Amino acid sequence: MRRLVSDTLIIAERNVIRLPRAPELLIGFTVQPIMFVLLFRYVLGGAIRTPGYSYVDFLLPGIIVQNTAFGGFATALGLNDDMRKGLIDRFRSLPMSRAAVLAGRTLSDVVTNALSLTILLVTGVIIGFTFHTSFLHAVEGVGLLLLFGYAFSWVLAFIGLLVSSPETVNSVGFIVVFPLTFISSAFVPVASMPSGLRQFAEVNPFTVVVDAMRHLWLGAPAHNSVWGAVAWSLAIVAVFAPLAVARYRRAAGG
Amino acid sequence: MTDGPAIEVRGLTKSFGEVRALDGLDLTATQGQVVGLLGPNGAGKTTLVRVLATLLKPDAGVAHVLGLDVQREAGALRELIGLAGQYAAVDENLTGLENLTMVGRLYGASRSSAKARGRELLERFDLVEAAARPTKTYSGGMRRRLDLAAALVAKPPVLFLDEPTTGLDPRSRLSLWAVIEGLVAEGTTVLLTTQYLDEADRLADTIAVIDRGCLIAEGTSDELKDRLGGERLEVSLDEAADSEVAVRALAAMSDELPTAEGRLVRVSVRERDGAIVEAVRRLSEVEVGVEDLALRRPTLDDVFLALTGHGAEEVADGQAPERAA
Repeated sequence: MRRLVSDTLIIAERNVIRLPRAPELLIGFTVQPIMFVLLFRYVLGGAIRTPGYSYVDFLLPGIIVQNTAFGGFATALGLNDDMRKGLIDRFRSLPMSRAAVLAGRTLSDVVTNALSLTILLVTGVIIGFTFHTSFLHAVEGVGLLLLFGYAFSWVLAFIGLLVSSPETVNSVGFIVVFPLTFISSAFVPVASMPSGLRQFAEVNPFTVVVDAMRHLWLGAPAHNSVWGAVAWSLAIVAVFAPLAVARYRRAAGG
Repeated sequence: MTDGPAIEVRGLTKSFGEVRALDGLDLTATQGQVVGLLGPNGAGKTTLVRVLATLLKPDAGVAHVLGLDVQREAGALRELIGLAGQYAAVDENLTGLENLTMVGRLYGASRSSAKARGRELLERFDLVEAAARPTKTYSGGMRRRLDLAAALVAKPPVLFLDEPTTGLDPRSRLSLWAVIEGLVAEGTTVLLTTQYLDEADRLADTIAVIDRGCLIAEGTSDELKDRLGGERLEVSLDEAADSEVAVRALAAMSDELPTAEGRLVRVSVRERDGAIVEAVRRLSEVEVGVEDLALRRPTLDDVFLALTGHGAEEVADGQAPERAA
């Protein structure tokens, strides 16, 4: 167990060290989310009615949740790359913990998520976002985002190990993440969706997490969504961490 | 560690779908030796290395390294082995020193001692100047050296080198060979896979030839060459038209019928001494003009051809690099 913790930290440190040296990945965490915020706020925002809140206040918690889901792409792409380049073979030939490579990956996603979260919040505040709640609630919101982002990284870890090329990681990742995040309360009120889509959106974990964020940052009614979001995060880890570890053992050939 | 063989493999079998990568392979390697695993691409070399390095579960058979079972005692075994592959497994966004330090720490060393060991290895592998550069700026030869250095971080008594020089330019190859020879001098047991016969000839104490997942011959380079019979006499005639006459004239010198190919006649001679003089005498008796005449030992190429029915390079060239799983 001690080995798992120390090895996980070593791998996470490695992923963080290499981050500034892979500029293409960094653009994905910085420029891309800013672009999304601006496009939604200024292109679509005028046409979307969000009773009770200005669109920028409504949008920011939603787009930040979507962005944490994209944060896991670093894990998916990184694992895929490590596998193809033989680094996973090296790690597996070392007397290190078997789960550390994956745990270190998902842990370093917390760092990248914190980075892009900061960038998005600053952007949001510049274009008019305001917190409607206490400082403590705002911080709890940040904590929830990092937890959910961490959990979702395990989904992408699984995807990254499942497919053979980075191109496929991207397309499979988008096919999973886009519908999940768009058919939710992230960008428009769920009530505005047609029947069928609406029911899906209501049970979608992204809706639960976005609603929890709106409770913590805007004071929207909670309906237990904060505990729901925590429960979803734990459930996602409970399902996808074992799946990813099993896949890791197999994908690497043993 | 035990006094037994460094590597002992019995009846090892591994299939990937329809393909039998290992088909009941047996192999033994003595401690402190370099065993050259020779075979064409797809012969099962990489699969064997992956099983021995605890990366791959065999379907059947047993494999022990330093007396440890590669499956049941994989954890303990990983402390004692180093692996360097044909795909240089270093993180290209980390510097040389960061790569080695990371590996050292994953072996359980403290940050400072891992770093110190990393510096020592960079010095030894002539990479000091590149120590602080991300490895994506390294040349192919530098990456291989760093990869080998990473395999040596924990001073493992057994080292697996999977085609360490494939794709390298001749100069990098020579410098890597020198490094490997240095390791052997320190007593490391090395299992080296290669498709280059000259590499096996130069580095390996014993050579195991494998083809289609089976061991088909084992021995020192000389022993393998001796199996082909003794010396070969190669005669270049002035005229290709004389070759039949020459074959008949030289037949008495050998147990096998000499072969002719254009102007070149080859004879496996029973007796080295006096062979050249006798051949010249016999050929001048039948008035066949000789342009050149030489005695040579069989090369590993000849051995390979005789054992597998095909040349090493010829098969290797047309195929994608062997990579299991």
